[in-house]
Amino acid sequence: MSEPTAMESTKPTRLTKPTKLSGPAKTDRDTGTGKEPGTAAGASRGRRSPALVAGCVLVGLIVAIALVSLFWVPYAPDDTSGGRLVPPGLPHLLGTDKLGRDLLTQLMTGARIALEAGLGAIAIGAALGVCAGLAAGFATRWLDDTLSTLLDVLIAFPTLLLAMLMVAARSASLGTAVLAIGFAMTAVIARLTRILVKRVLALDYITAARTSGTSWPRVITGHVLPNIWPTLVVNLAQQFGLAVMAEASLSFLGLGAPPPNASWGRMLHEAQATVFTAPTGVVAPGVLLVMLVVGVNLIADGLRDTLDPTRRRTR
Amino acid sequence: MNEFEKSGPAVPGAKTADAKTSRTVAAGPAPGPAAPAATVLDVRGLTIRTDQGRALVSDLSFSIGAGSRLGLVGESGSGKSLTALAVLGLLPPGMTASGSVVLAAGADGPGAEVVGASEQRLTGLRGRAATIVFQEPLTALDPLMRIGGQVAGPLRRWRGLRGAALRRAVREALEQVRLPEPDRIIRAYPHEISGGQRQRVALAMALACEPALLIADEPTTALDVTVQSEVLALLDGLVAERHMALLFVSHDLAVVSAVTDHVVVLKDGSAVESGTVDEIVRRPRHPYTRDLVDSARHLESALERIVR
Repeated sequence: MSEPTAMESTKPTRLTKPTKLSGPAKTDRDTGTGKEPGTAAGASRGRRSPALVAGCVLVGLIVAIALVSLFWVPYAPDDTSGGRLVPPGLPHLLGTDKLGRDLLTQLMTGARIALEAGLGAIAIGAALGVCAGLAAGFATRWLDDTLSTLLDVLIAFPTLLLAMLMVAARSASLGTAVLAIGFAMTAVIARLTRILVKRVLALDYITAARTSGTSWPRVITGHVLPNIWPTLVVNLAQQFGLAVMAEASLSFLGLGAPPPNASWGRMLHEAQATVFTAPTGVVAPGVLLVMLVVGVNLIADGLRDTLDPTRRRTR
Repeated sequence: MNEFEKSGPAVPGAKTADAKTSRTVAAGPAPGPAAPAATVLDVRGLTIRTDQGRALVSDLSFSIGAGSRLGLVGESGSGKSLTALAVLGLLPPGMTASGSVVLAAGADGPGAEVVGASEQRLTGLRGRAATIVFQEPLTALDPLMRIGGQVAGPLRRWRGLRGAALRRAVREALEQVRLPEPDRIIRAYPHEISGGQRQRVALAMALACEPALLIADEPTTALDVTVQSEVLALLDGLVAERHMALLFVSHDLAVVSAVTDHVVVLKDGSAVESGTVDEIVRRPRHPYTRDLVDSARHLESALERIVR
C-alpha cells in the first residue's frame, strides 16, 4: 500500500497539554464519579453567586412574613377600631389606612396573596406552557405550525383584556386573576420552550447520541430536557416576578382579590388619595413589591450563572 | 500505519457475491482466515432527495466487508456526510433516502434494511451495527453532561454495566484512547478539555458500542495538524485491533489514503471513480480525481521545496 502523501508522521505521541480545570462542579449528573463529595460541596459553596444570595435574602424575608401571617397578624383584617389614618407608632406599628384598618396586618396578608398569585400563575403557565412547547418542538411541521399560530394569537392578546373578560365571566377573585395571568404566561413559556427544543434538537450531540442507539425517550430525558432546563428555570423565575406585578396591577384596578383580603395592589390604590397625608400606606406595599420582584430577578440571574457549567468557569 | 493491515492474515477475494453495478466497489479482505467474508454494510443505488425533490446523492453503491476500510472522498457539498447519516437512518428532517442500505445486524444472519425501517428498529441497529464519530467534537458532546456520564451511556446500554463495574469500564474506555489523567477527564465538562481530547472522548464513546462498522465523518478536520495525525494514528490502531470495518469520510485524499485501502470519489452526489487507494492515487482516471491527487501532491511538494 503506497502512501504518496504527507501523512507519514503519525506516531502516537504525547497529547496536547491538558487545560486547567476549575475543580469539580456542583451537580453530579454522571455516573463515573462521586469520589470526592467533600471537595465538590466545598467548591460549589465558594462559587455561589452573590446575586443568588441577595435574591434569596429578599425573597426569604417576604416568604417569612407570609408564613407568619398564616398563624399570627396583629389585628383582624377588618378590625377598624383603631381609628382612621393613625400615624405609625404604637399600638399600630405602621399606622392605619383611611378606613382604620391596621397597615401591618394588610401588608402581611398581602405578602401571602402576592406569593400565592405568583406561584399559582407560574404553576399554570409552566404546566401548560412547557407541555405545549415540548409538543410543538417535537411535532411534525403541520402540528407545529398550528400550535405556533395559536401561541402567537395568544401572545398578541392583552393580558389586561383577558383578565377583564374572565372577571366578567366569573367574578373578581384571586383565582380569576391567577387564571388570567397563568393563561397569558402559558403562551410566552410555550413559545420559549418550543424554540429551545428546536434549537437543541438541531445540535450535533443529539444526532451523536442517536448514532450510538439512544432511544428517543432517553434522548429527551438525558439530553434535551437537561439542556433546555437552565434557560427555562431562569425564565420561569423572571415570569414569577412579572406575575406578581401583574397581580398587583389587576388588584390596583379592582380586578383582583376582593376585600377583606388585603393585596398590595389594592393597598396602593386605596392609599392614592392620602399619599401626602399618610405616605406609609403607599411606601410600605411599594417597598415590599419591589423587594419581591427584584429578589426574584436576582435569583434568576444567580441561577443562570449557577446552572450553566460553561459560565461557572469564569467565576 | 497500514502495517496493521498488512500484518493481518489477509484473505483475498472477500467480495460480496452480489452482482455489482459499474460504480460499486467492495472494500477489501476480511481479517482472519477462518472468518467468512461477511458484509457489514451494503449500499445499493442510494439516492437522497430534499423535500423539493433535488437529488443530493444519486445512485450511490458500495459495500464494506468485515474488518475492511473504505474511504469516501469528495469536496464539501458532495453528499459524503449525508451518505454517512443515511447509513444510520439519521437524515435531517425533510430529506428522504431511496435505494437500499443493508447493515449487518448480527455476527451472521441476514442484514437489516435501513431505508424505510421504523425508528425502533433503527435504534436497535445504531451503535451495534454501526456508529459515527463526527467532525466537530465540541458540538458532538453534550455541553451540560460530564465526560464520564457521556461515555457511560453506551456502556450501560450495550454491555449492561452498572455501578462500580461501569465506573471501571468508563475509565478503561478513556485509557484505551490514551487520554491522560482519565480520572480528571471523567469529571470534566466538554468545554474544560482540549479539542484533541474531546475527539478522543468521542472515539471512546463510539468504540464503547463495539460496532461492526465505525463511520468516521471528517474526524480530524476540526483539529490542529499535529493533533490530527495523533488522533488518526489512534483511530487506525484501535480499529485494526478490534477488526472493525471503517468507513472514512473526508475531503482530504491524503488523510483517506493513509487509513483506508479502498476509495470512492464523490462529486455532486455521484461516485465518479472507485478503486484501491493505490489505483486512485497512481492512475486517477476521472479528471476530478486527478485534481484531488494533484492538489494533494502540490501541497506536499510545496512543503518539500521549503525543506530543501
